[in-house]
Amino acid sequence: MASVLRFRKLCYVESAVKCTSVGYESFEIDEKLDEKEEDVLSANNFALEINKKRKQPKRQPKEWRCLDSCCWIIGYLCTTWWLLLFCYHCLPVTLLRVPELPGPGVRLKREGLTALHPVVLVPGIVTGGLELWEGRPCADGLFRKRLWGGGSFTQIFKRPLCLLEHLSLHYETGLDPQGIRVRAVPGLVGADYFAPGYFVWAVLIENLAKIGYEGKNLHMAAYDWRLSFQNTEIRDHALTRLKSKIELMYISNGYKKVVAVPHSMGVIYFLHFLKWVETPPPMGGGGGPGWCAKHIKAVMNIGPAFLGVPKAVSNLFSAEGKDVSYIRAMAPGVFDSEILGLQTFERVMRMARTWDSIVSLLPKGGEVIWGNMDRSPEEGHVCDFSKKSHSKTSLTTNNVNNSDVKRGFLVKDLANYGRIISFGKPASVLHSSKLPTADSKEFSRTSTSENFNNFSCGEAWTEYDEMSRQSIQNVAADKAYTTTTLLDLLRFVAPKMMRRAEAHFSHGIAENLDDPKYNHYKYWSNPLETKLSDAPDMEIYCMYGVGIQTERSYVYKLSPNSRCKSIPYQIDNSVHGEDGSCLKGGVYFADGDESVPVLSAGFMCAKGWRGRTRFNPSGIATYIREYRHKPPTSLMEGRGIESGSHVDIMGNFALIEDIMRVAAGATGDEIGGDQIHSDIIKMSERINLGL
Amino acid sequence: MSFLRRRKGTDSSKSQNLRCNIVKEDEKNNLYESPRKESYNSKKWSCWDSCCWFIGFVCSVWWFLLLLYNTMPASIPQYVTEAITGPLTDPPGVKLRKEGLTVNHPVVFVPGIVTGGLELWEGHQCAEGLFRKRLWGGSFGELYKRPLCWAQHMSLDNETGLDPPGIRVRPVSGLVAADYFAAGYFVWAVLIANLAQIGYEEKTMYMAAYDWRLSFQNTEVRDQTLSRIKSNIELMVATNGGKKVVVIPHSMGVLYFLHFMKWVEAPPPMGGGGGSEWCAKHIKAVMNIGGPFLGVPKSVSGLFSVEARDIAIARTFAPGFLDKDVFGLQTFQHLMRMTRTWDSTVSMIPKGGETIWGGLDWSPEGSSFNCGAKTLRNNSINNTDQIPNINLANMKNVNYGRIISFGKDVAEAHSSKIERVDLLQDSMKADMLANLTNCDIWIEYHDIGDHRIKAAADYKVYTAGSILDLLHFVSPKLMARGGAHFSYGIADNLDDPKYQHYKYWSNPLETKLPDAPDMEIYSMYGVGIPTERAYVYKVTTATDCSIPFQIDTSVEGGSEDSCLKGGVFSADGDETVPVLSAGLMAAKGWRGKTRFNPSGIPTYIREYSHAPPANLLEGRGTQSGAHVDIMGNFALIEDIIRVAAGATGKELGGDHVYSDIFKWAERINLQL
Repeated sequence: MASVLRFRKLCYVESAVKCTSVGYESFEIDEKLDEKEEDVLSANNFALEINKKRKQPKRQPKEWRCLDSCCWIIGYLCTTWWLLLFCYHCLPVTLLRVPELPGPGVRLKREGLTALHPVVLVPGIVTGGLELWEGRPCADGLFRKRLWGGGSFTQIFKRPLCLLEHLSLHYETGLDPQGIRVRAVPGLVGADYFAPGYFVWAVLIENLAKIGYEGKNLHMAAYDWRLSFQNTEIRDHALTRLKSKIELMYISNGYKKVVAVPHSMGVIYFLHFLKWVETPPPMGGGGGPGWCAKHIKAVMNIGPAFLGVPKAVSNLFSAEGKDVSYIRAMAPGVFDSEILGLQTFERVMRMARTWDSIVSLLPKGGEVIWGNMDRSPEEGHVCDFSKKSHSKTSLTTNNVNNSDVKRGFLVKDLANYGRIISFGKPASVLHSSKLPTADSKEFSRTSTSENFNNFSCGEAWTEYDEMSRQSIQNVAADKAYTTTTLLDLLRFVAPKMMRRAEAHFSHGIAENLDDPKYNHYKYWSNPLETKLSDAPDMEIYCMYGVGIQTERSYVYKLSPNSRCKSIPYQIDNSVHGEDGSCLKGGVYFADGDESVPVLSAGFMCAKGWRGRTRFNPSGIATYIREYRHKPPTSLMEGRGIESGSHVDIMGNFALIEDIMRVAAGATGDEIGGDQIHSDIIKMSERINLGL
Repeated sequence: MSFLRRRKGTDSSKSQNLRCNIVKEDEKNNLYESPRKESYNSKKWSCWDSCCWFIGFVCSVWWFLLLLYNTMPASIPQYVTEAITGPLTDPPGVKLRKEGLTVNHPVVFVPGIVTGGLELWEGHQCAEGLFRKRLWGGSFGELYKRPLCWAQHMSLDNETGLDPPGIRVRPVSGLVAADYFAAGYFVWAVLIANLAQIGYEEKTMYMAAYDWRLSFQNTEVRDQTLSRIKSNIELMVATNGGKKVVVIPHSMGVLYFLHFMKWVEAPPPMGGGGGSEWCAKHIKAVMNIGGPFLGVPKSVSGLFSVEARDIAIARTFAPGFLDKDVFGLQTFQHLMRMTRTWDSTVSMIPKGGETIWGGLDWSPEGSSFNCGAKTLRNNSINNTDQIPNINLANMKNVNYGRIISFGKDVAEAHSSKIERVDLLQDSMKADMLANLTNCDIWIEYHDIGDHRIKAAADYKVYTAGSILDLLHFVSPKLMARGGAHFSYGIADNLDDPKYQHYKYWSNPLETKLPDAPDMEIYSMYGVGIPTERAYVYKVTTATDCSIPFQIDTSVEGGSEDSCLKGGVFSADGDETVPVLSAGLMAAKGWRGKTRFNPSGIPTYIREYSHAPPANLLEGRGTQSGAHVDIMGNFALIEDIIRVAAGATGKELGGDHVYSDIFKWAERINLQL
């Protein structure tokens, strides 16, 4: 109260002073002309004039007022906010907590399950955190801070170029550039959350902890996902560390075998590990032929990209996926040209092309698996996903029978999934005999003849800049590419990258697996060019989501923007099919989990390794566990407890329960054997692979 | 600023214009009228509004500055610092990289007590939502939000010393476990950053994080921590081309690693089964930082009355607040109850008894440490060699040997003049009927009864030998549990088979070092800071439900230079560990071929004289000698990096001594 009074007094005194100063002259005049009444008027006028003169300074107070109220509002909001925050913190913690859905962990604990087998988690591409150990001056103060994942990615916005530079690898060697060391974040924190609130492994970890898992029997095999698999061993000894960790957990948990849970690219990383560990040094880990049989109980692959993903093709070819291509079409000016010197796409593409690991995700098995110009294993697939996904579980039982019948009628627009890249819609639809054939000889001819033309433009250098306009046109003129010719195409547009990466990865199918050349590590991550280890008691699970449209092949066009600094190709998202067609926005969709098509995820478990085959000589048991995608019904569910999409499936309760049961000792038959919603069995039958 | 603007803003805009005309027309009446109108106007701007305005203004300015700060190039703060303090000296990592040092031996860090992070894996209802969040280390946010819940989860089982049912708190693993203790308070971070400069990274550095609340052997029983350390060291040696590891334990980690070295060579099931060659094959050097080899007196006061010098002062200032049940807090009792479930605190009780720590009238440091050297310490290294020579004359003989005495007169009188009532006799007839306390927090003091408390006080003086009896007397359960895991004596015959039991492994006076003549042992510690060495106690007046003893902070020494301040006798050390404990083994017990060191492992003493930071910009100082801050001491970091890059102790310069440790060591009559 006292302060208010004083405030008023101040105002009063102040105003009095103001008035005297303003009207100082007028007062003097007043006194002189006091007797004469007529002059009062003139004096009044004079005062008015003065007031008019004063008006300009008085404008300012009016602006101040606006600013004042702004300040007032901000202050008001802040105070209220703090007050509420304070109240919130004062409340007992349990009161405000959103009633969490009881995860399967609680229920299974009540059933009496306890931790039995140690668990190893193998994260996939992109989800693992990376931190800086040594950098250029522009990255000052970021020592041991996350450059990728985990944190809030604030650095990306603060110094984008610096970050891109540090995340890139050396273009020739695929290892660290000079003076930069970026390493994987070790431990569970490496991949539990990708960004704050965006879980990857966290839900699974929490549920496992409920039945007694903790640091000593739960291990995250973090590795640098940018490197080729063998290079993680050469640079970081990642494979040796994983081996030693598994051996230690095996011994210190009472000689209980380990359950490995790889996700996404981690699946082929772990495949590589299984071969590596049994191979004699120096190339391998020297564990001997019995190592897997002795140490591993089960490999539970989540969303496995065994045979690669078509998404990797578009990523390498034009740095875009389904979502990105929309943005590129909407705002070509912003992203494509050099406004602000950004050249976002080119820079991203340049960075991504230094990562060997992306090449590991290119489709494997060529035309035999992915289909040729006119035939593909998924053909006849119905893309009515919107309807299908809404017709809930009640349908699932008779779905398999129904859909067969339906498909017979519904097929109007045959999707030629086999043509992974086609230029223009006609090229994607017409019969192959009407198309010019892709000829690898042609590539070699053009590439030699046009080699002189390597002017460089701009600092964001991509290999496209070394190609001439002519050869760019040639590529587009060839119209359609299958998975086999696609590799030639990539070798043509990005020769250095492919040369580097193909020393580490192979994408073919082995004719004779006993050929000694298959002892080389470049074949280890390709399930079609390796034998599984001799471990008949081991189990392999393929667990993945189905019921989401997944990119399968692309319709491309030449970018209209033909200046030298841009990427010359882009997805033609003006191309749409009819209703019910699988073609949308230049992308053909098939069934899958949004990233990995069913074909890639399920084929090995459904056919390639099923029973005793040449890829699986000891007859390791395989199980397919499919999880039908159901979008979250309410906001409370967050990303859904029945989601089937590539990353969100890690929060799928059914999947978590399966993993926990196996970790607690159950076998594949005990959790119910195969569980199939898709047409994977029929698709695999169409694939003509010698077993 | 803001006031001016507000005045202008509020009333000047409208009212003035109007008012001045009025004034002109009829001056006298309206002079009284105008304030009324004005006051009507200013009613809109009440105090509340101006507060809001003010907060808003401050917020906006703050945000604006923040924005500016964030858009500023990152190198500016460094320029500013350099402009003020002159060019910064290169941190040792950068300096040594220029000299051409690179990664050589893998490095293992062993953190000490308290500094390692702990996280929750399973908890009671009240700890919901804290899964895998840090309970210890980090921000300690939960401590303030739900203190009782926190204390409950941090406690161990009072009988077993392991997890209570339904609670699992586990150490954080990896380098993050102990790089920073709280935000901005580094522990290992500076050392890690400097090692990274010469090329170290995750594959060549390993933080041997363990649950520091447990007794050492229990970390293996519950978490298999020792097996994991063994496996990791083996892995690092294998993947780095057979290069042996350099181990850097700090504080209690020193004892933990001593335990590890015995464990790893002992045959299973008690040991790790590495065989007698293991240490020789895998370890190049053990570089102990601030190692309490022979225990710390601080742990005695911690166990006895949960206080150290700093807390004791707080306790006297606000006896009502902290001691009694205002707000139902009973902070100390809760703390005491929690810490008494931690077996590890027992590991640091002074070892070696009166032989090492001094008897009633005798102590190794007795007459040669000058507590008034404070003025000299600031003048850093140049003067340090003069310290020991100064005014020996006016120094009184301090009875450091009496670790706890009741009353100042007792602390200073000659032993023959002290009347003591025998404790043991008394405890025989002590009755347990005093068990009628109804305090809701149970601590062992309540089981004891007033009678015994009085008896404890009547004994007057305790030396390092009899302190054990005292602790057994006041907290039988803790000592019984701890006694199964730790031992505090001196071995007469080290070949006695009983010394193969793990409870002796962490006591350097009851174990032999491994047979590894090529290994090196360093004792690196700070000197020049007064360190708690002995205490003057009194019996508290408040009787119910509180801790019956407290440090008598009113007791001061006679002169300025006295070692007795606020009831605590100080000696030379690093603020926590006295020089005697940190240096004696390297100076005498293990020097040359002794019975404790049969293979003659070379030992080196590296002392670092404490110099407080010259200005605020230096933070916690680059020449600090304090127990934890020494981890940022550039000289120490340089020594470590050199050894990690391949240097031997000789190449570093051998011993580097400021204190009188060798003189004191001579006075100690330890059979070698």
